[in-house]
Amino acid sequence: MSNTVLFELGLEELPARFIDDAIEQLTKSTEAWLNDRRIPYESVKSYSTPRRLAVQIFGVADKQPDLEEEAKGPAKKIALDENGEWSKAAIGFSKGQGQSVDEIYFKEIKGVEYVHVKKFTPGQSTVDLLADFKAVLLSLNFPKNMRWGSFNLKYARPIRWIAALFNDQVIPFAIENVSTDAYTYGHRFLGSKADIKHADQYEQVLKNEQVIADKNKRKTMIEQQLSHLEQTRNWEIVKDDQLLNEITHLVEYPTVFSGEFSSEFLEVPEEALITSMKEHQRYFPVRSTEGVLQPFFVAVRNGNDKHLETVARGNEKVLKARLADAQFFYFEDQKGSIDEKLKKLERMVYQVELGTLADKVSRVKQFTESISRKLGLGERVEKQAVRAAEISKFDLVTHMVDEFSELQGIMGEKYARIYGEDEEVAAAINEHYMPRQANGQLPESTVGAVVSIADKLDTIVGSIAIGHTPTGSQDPYGLRRQALGIIQILKDRNWSLCVEDLLDEVIDFYFTKNLPTRKKEDVVQEVHDFFRTRASYLLKDEGMAPDVIQSVLAQGIQVYSQTSAKALILMEKRNDNQFKSVHEALGRVLNLAKKTEAAAIDPALFENKSEAALYELHRDIHENYQQALKEQSPESALNLLAQLSDPIHSFFDQTMVMAEDEQLRSNRLALLKQIASDILDFADLNAVQWKQQY
Amino acid sequence: MNIQEMILTLQKHWSDEGCLLMQAYDVEKGAGTMSPMTLLRSLGPEPWNVAYVEPSRRPADGRYGQNPNRLYQHHQFQVIMKPSPDNIQDLYLKSLEKLGIDAEKHDIRFVEDNWENPTLGAAGLGWEVWLDGMEITQFTYFQQIGGLEARPVAAEITYGLERLASYIQDKENVFELEWTDGVTVGDIFTQPEYEHSVYTFEESDDQMLFDLFSTYEQEAKRIMEKGLVFPAYDYVLKCSHTFNLLDAKGVISVTERTGYIGRVRNLARSISKAYVDERERLGFPMLKEGESSYE
Repeated sequence: MSNTVLFELGLEELPARFIDDAIEQLTKSTEAWLNDRRIPYESVKSYSTPRRLAVQIFGVADKQPDLEEEAKGPAKKIALDENGEWSKAAIGFSKGQGQSVDEIYFKEIKGVEYVHVKKFTPGQSTVDLLADFKAVLLSLNFPKNMRWGSFNLKYARPIRWIAALFNDQVIPFAIENVSTDAYTYGHRFLGSKADIKHADQYEQVLKNEQVIADKNKRKTMIEQQLSHLEQTRNWEIVKDDQLLNEITHLVEYPTVFSGEFSSEFLEVPEEALITSMKEHQRYFPVRSTEGVLQPFFVAVRNGNDKHLETVARGNEKVLKARLADAQFFYFEDQKGSIDEKLKKLERMVYQVELGTLADKVSRVKQFTESISRKLGLGERVEKQAVRAAEISKFDLVTHMVDEFSELQGIMGEKYARIYGEDEEVAAAINEHYMPRQANGQLPESTVGAVVSIADKLDTIVGSIAIGHTPTGSQDPYGLRRQALGIIQILKDRNWSLCVEDLLDEVIDFYFTKNLPTRKKEDVVQEVHDFFRTRASYLLKDEGMAPDVIQSVLAQGIQVYSQTSAKALILMEKRNDNQFKSVHEALGRVLNLAKKTEAAAIDPALFENKSEAALYELHRDIHENYQQALKEQSPESALNLLAQLSDPIHSFFDQTMVMAEDEQLRSNRLALLKQIASDILDFADLNAVQWKQQY
Repeated sequence: MNIQEMILTLQKHWSDEGCLLMQAYDVEKGAGTMSPMTLLRSLGPEPWNVAYVEPSRRPADGRYGQNPNRLYQHHQFQVIMKPSPDNIQDLYLKSLEKLGIDAEKHDIRFVEDNWENPTLGAAGLGWEVWLDGMEITQFTYFQQIGGLEARPVAAEITYGLERLASYIQDKENVFELEWTDGVTVGDIFTQPEYEHSVYTFEESDDQMLFDLFSTYEQEAKRIMEKGLVFPAYDYVLKCSHTFNLLDAKGVISVTERTGYIGRVRNLARSISKAYVDERERLGFPMLKEGESSYE
């Protein structure tokens, strides 16, 4: 017979952000639990609303299948004593398996006979096993747990009822003071307590009580009502998926409604209006089919459509107060000049050890200037970049950003434009925060890109210099994202700036100002490593193999785009049979040179032609090779190195590097060292796991 | 329903549910939570059920009586039930019903909002309650107070009386709310709102306030060492309000701010600990027979 099992945990309102993960855990843990207990079943379905987490198991067998196993015991010679009687070991073994010695038989394993018994475990009935399911419910992990009343248990929210049914039979257990039973609670205001007569009927029982237990069904209901509204009103509702998901987890029975606000608020930048609607009130903003923001909003009620007018009117009133605040801030913020606002930055602490925000801005300004010069951006762009850096943080003292921190930069851009700043400067204030999330949009303008790099360099180096290096999941300032952002911007704009040079310049500046609280060598090491790790992730995203990544990053990131190009070349060469001889030659050089210090080479000490030939060829290609690297042509650089392959092989064939004569030996090692140094400028080829078919 | 009737209704409701009706505490404070009736009494194993109105001062929110939504001083109706009863949410929803809010005609939600007060080393988990999108109540299960774990757990319900009244009376301006028939909030509070704003933002004597902060802090420490928990706590409240005045005036820089909050927190922590120790020394007198102490 096939059965249905139901567990429903009734809770006080769960935080919306907990639910998706909890449901996934519940489904997986249920399946794992059933498999572990060897209980056959057909399928598992999980449900969630703000007030419940539930799982239904369909096609559950009456009992576990019987288990017939063969158990191996001691060897025959131990199992029988000298009289051929069963020894204590044999008796003990059979007892331990729940059998008598009469059941023992022998079986040979690798030439030795061992005692065996057939062990038969009758399958237990499913219903008996199910009381243990409590452990699954208690095993769910939530981002935050709490206690309530006088109980010891910590859980997402207080547990108020538990429905646990095997068909129509209650599965008995209790969590704290709550015992399982065969009822549930419907919608807080539209439903009531209801019996669940059979586990099969769960969804229907709740539906009768105005609860849609299946999250996906609720989501579909909302989506259908939204598109209906769009059609009848000729609207474009801004359906942010994250918001839609959150709202789905805030309601047990969704009814979409709309409201309006005075169009006078539309003079406020729409980002502020939208943030106010979405973040504070969980409303969907409305656009016309042409994309223009409309003085309407769309919300979802936890309930049916009765008295929907009252609900809409209440929500309108709340939104009006919110938008009035935003409007007040918007005009208040425009009073006074940018300079007055910058002055206030002098009173805002950035980091105790690193001074005020004004101090930070002055550093960013300096780094911006230096980067602009390195890139040769020209006077006009440089001036704009420096101005953008100078006013990059002025909006942090505005009411609007104080209220909605996520609008930092966005409001800065708007206000800067109102204050008459250059278009490029205004845009850069917003862009310098980009990318705002991992793999988010990058600055579009040159000015924005330069200031973005300068600001992030300052934040990262400054934080590490005072010991705030991110650890594990702790990265409150998003330093990882910012470091990755710098590399992504350099890549995106194809700027040939050496990352380590940029970092060292900023680090040096910090130390001339005596800001760091740590030793310089530690800061340098940590900052370089921090960036190198980010670069390795980016290379991995580009499809490079770990060994190749290690190889090209051996000398640091250098110019990222070239490093990435080198990695791509090595990914090919790794499988290229023709390259085998080359990497073997170069690799041998690297190995031998590893423990050698660089020294001058004396050609007079060469004993054979191969030494001189290698020396001369290397001398001839050296400058072109370094030039190729400088010109970002790693392909031609590698081709030049490859020319050394045959001479290197002949060198090793004809020359005893580790000669007894110390002078000869040192001279040969010095030659190899010089070549190795060039090879390493390309990559540490010995880190590559060569994959050629031999 | 005017505000006076709302208060009477809530008092009757929570009194019927077994709460002591207390009166507002006579030291300035920013929230009903800071009354010793909540903050100290929520600590330790003794049961405690209480309800009271608390005038709450937020100097930074002063707007000279001219902003329709903001007040230097607003009123909270505060309920504490320790240990939190199983039906606490239902009790709360019933209170709304008694205030004339028919749940079926509205949209009432419990939206996650975890409360934290670093100054008091206190934290709790719970919700803000939304009525048709408006936050009308803060609902919190205390998890930590004064740096100590709260066991058993108290449920705290804080109604924003003016907010709720603006909904019930359908008024957009807080000063138009009827305190009682024929007398508005504006009639009673416009002048003090104006004067307190002038004082807070313009006329307060910074140096005197800085001195007072230190004096209060010293006194709190001094009498705490003598085991006088409640008087010491009064001085912590005075420190906190003095700090709020200085902060609203904008004379405390961000760095200093962290320092001041830390000083108040340290005091709150040691007083919380001293309170529990003192109650323990007294044998937890409010613990009924047969109830265990939670250790």
